[in-house]
Amino acid sequence: MSPDATPDTGKWEPKIVAFCCNWCSYGGADSAGMGRFQQPPTARIIRVMCSGRIDPIHVFNAFLEGADAVLVTGCHIGDCHYVNGNDKTKIKYKFLEDVVRELGLEKERLYLNWISASEGEKFANFIRDVTEEVKKIGPSPLKPEGVA
Amino acid sequence: MNEVSDTVNKDASPDEDKRVGVFVCECGVNIGGVVDTHAVADYAAALPGVLVTSVNKFTCSDSGQADIQQKIKEHNLNRVVVAACSPKTHEPTFRACIEEMGLNQYFLEFVNIRDHCSWIHMWEKEKATEKAKDLVRMGIERAKLLEPLQASEVPVIDKALVVGAGVAGMQAALDLADMGFKVYLVEKEPSIGGRMARFDKVFPTNDCSICILGPKMVEVARNKNIEIMSYSEVQEVDGYVGNFKVKIEHKPRYLDVGKCTGCAKCSEVCPVEVPYDFNEGFGTRKAIYVPFPQAVPLRAVLDNDNCINCKACAKACESNAIEYEQESAYSEVEVGVIIGAVGFKTYDPAPRADYGYGKYDNIITAMEFERLLNAAGPTGGHIVRPSDCKEPIRVGFVNCVGSRDKETNIYCSGVCCMYTIKNAQLLKEKRPETDHTVMYIDIRTPFRAYEESYNRARNLGVKFLRGRPVEVKEDPETGNIRVRVEDTLAGEMRNLEFDLLVLGTGVVPNEGINRLQQLLKLSKATDGFLMEAHPKLRPVDTTIDGVYLAGVASGPKDIPYAVSQGSACAGRATILLKNKKAITEGITAVVNPDVCVGCEVCIPMCPFQAIKMDEQAGKANVMKALCKGCGTCVAACPTGALEQDHFKNNQVIAQVKNVFRFEEVASPDYPSGAGTHVSPAGGYVDESSEDMGEQT
Repeated sequence: MSPDATPDTGKWEPKIVAFCCNWCSYGGADSAGMGRFQQPPTARIIRVMCSGRIDPIHVFNAFLEGADAVLVTGCHIGDCHYVNGNDKTKIKYKFLEDVVRELGLEKERLYLNWISASEGEKFANFIRDVTEEVKKIGPSPLKPEGVA
Repeated sequence: MNEVSDTVNKDASPDEDKRVGVFVCECGVNIGGVVDTHAVADYAAALPGVLVTSVNKFTCSDSGQADIQQKIKEHNLNRVVVAACSPKTHEPTFRACIEEMGLNQYFLEFVNIRDHCSWIHMWEKEKATEKAKDLVRMGIERAKLLEPLQASEVPVIDKALVVGAGVAGMQAALDLADMGFKVYLVEKEPSIGGRMARFDKVFPTNDCSICILGPKMVEVARNKNIEIMSYSEVQEVDGYVGNFKVKIEHKPRYLDVGKCTGCAKCSEVCPVEVPYDFNEGFGTRKAIYVPFPQAVPLRAVLDNDNCINCKACAKACESNAIEYEQESAYSEVEVGVIIGAVGFKTYDPAPRADYGYGKYDNIITAMEFERLLNAAGPTGGHIVRPSDCKEPIRVGFVNCVGSRDKETNIYCSGVCCMYTIKNAQLLKEKRPETDHTVMYIDIRTPFRAYEESYNRARNLGVKFLRGRPVEVKEDPETGNIRVRVEDTLAGEMRNLEFDLLVLGTGVVPNEGINRLQQLLKLSKATDGFLMEAHPKLRPVDTTIDGVYLAGVASGPKDIPYAVSQGSACAGRATILLKNKKAITEGITAVVNPDVCVGCEVCIPMCPFQAIKMDEQAGKANVMKALCKGCGTCVAACPTGALEQDHFKNNQVIAQVKNVFRFEEVASPDYPSGAGTHVSPAGGYVDESSEDMGEQT
């Protein structure tokens, strides 16, 4: 954990929409905070009760509004607070991957990850890794003009 | 079940006047030290629908909450956005706060600008402030779409299940039973008592462990409100707070517990001898045996894996209790609350052969030392070395084995310093001619009389050497253990020779922890132990209502701490058991029958069987009492007929859309002076309340 040396230069920063489930990954993001695991300020978290609630519509909306990447996150398989909501997320994610490819987006713009409420460091590393990947490929081609 | 589901509220007019108040918390310097909270409040004040914003040093404080309530009154607010810590910390606080003012508690939107912003962007103040603005904007737009909901009440069955009958579980069971509640106490071993029953003496008072635990075990057995289910395991848990259905397996003891008197005559005639697990593998027991002399219930158990089927025990048993054909029996109980006290195991140094354990005879673990030291142990209380059964003179102790080590567990097990100090003291007292050296990283002795115990050990002549052994070898001729260790205080390498080396092994999670996690869907921390609802304010609660944790299940603890937690769980559980009702979240799925086409896609999505078809109408029907509000069915509905209260599509999408902003709105140019100013939306920024001291 050292101060990020990158100067505040107003140049393009990716914007990442992260869907988190209430019980695991949102808690993981909280744990990242409690552990002061520094990460790039690129992610905006949207809380739902279960990753199973994440509707493909939410993901497409995020891309159409200008997201450079979208993260679908939930409890580890077997740990779902609602028995098996994340199993259904996994199935939906396959579909999402296909459609996102059809939309002409790179695969580096959509991620699925299971993060438990105690995995703060994992959450922070995830955000850092995705940010780096997205920085390599630049802004989303779907991003409307004038959107930040 | 014939409950009719609620339908989508058609009366909720989208044009209803939304009057939003935004309350930005500085959380001392936690947020304020990074995020420019005033800039965030100024920004929010300019957004449509926002009537008032306010910055508080601590919004959760009395004065912070009073500020919210006052502004609700003054501005007739109907939506409240609090930008502060995590909803997991303070959402209930602010829900209660706005409810007091007559607002529906679900009209609160909690924006996390601490855990998700200021704490993780500590060195990027400007970007953190911009992010906080985004998060607040997302929250405001979601807030405007929030709908009133009612939390529902469910009845609570006034019985409790305690899983694990170690000292923590026993304490929880006793306290609940003494308050008049029926308790099922499930223990996987044939006797209750847990790990404490195996300790010789307990620090810092060095009193005999079983002498203080034994009477407590008897007290549990005598208590009419406690039903002990020993040699049993929880198989399934169904239901929710107040109404858990629990299936329990009673493993076969191969004897009739009602007839067995615990006389152990069967044991005397049994020809099979196997290593005695209760004595950490030292000495032997028979294939049919009474677990230990103070066992509760005092009944024999037949270890079928080692039984040779000679039937000698059946002949010896005077009460004809032996039943070779016995199988697992199952029972089902209904309880309102569950207390998990599933205990732990000690770190096993064998697989990695830490410090040569398992390779060299004369290296034993502290638990093995504990059993050897015990008067009822395999050697009658004599510490002997395994290689030649001689009593050692030079004894070395290594602390932090399997603890505080990146290769094993990074956490401190908390109890090893103290038990090593105790063990050294006890042997020194028994045989003053012995010589003891404790090799440690740090000596940790908090709590009453612990430091005094450490001083006492030093006064007795126990030597303490700060350093972790770098090399441990056996002298093949004598069996002595040679240790190379850096004395980090003296700054020199030492070569020491011991007759016996004792490893202070740490505390690690056991199988029961994994099992309980899976059964109840609990969270686990990175150390592998179960996670509490809040590390400080709700240390025995879990995120599952009606489920509590006591003892080492939630991390290493010593006996007084585990006992306190047992009592704490009983106290927390009593709130539900006494009130006979629990409040459950009003967040469920709802069907709009006008849109539902009866395709039944949602039905297999629900893990709780909460959706049934209304055959007559040909529409799906959500049974609210069964719905747990995950929203998985909602995401699966192809027509949009299903919605999840509080996480409706429009509410989620409002957040998604407001992640982004058009550049021209990105840096609004408002007057930024102190005091109150009119915003384009007609709101104003009230900065008078930033200093708590000035509030009235």
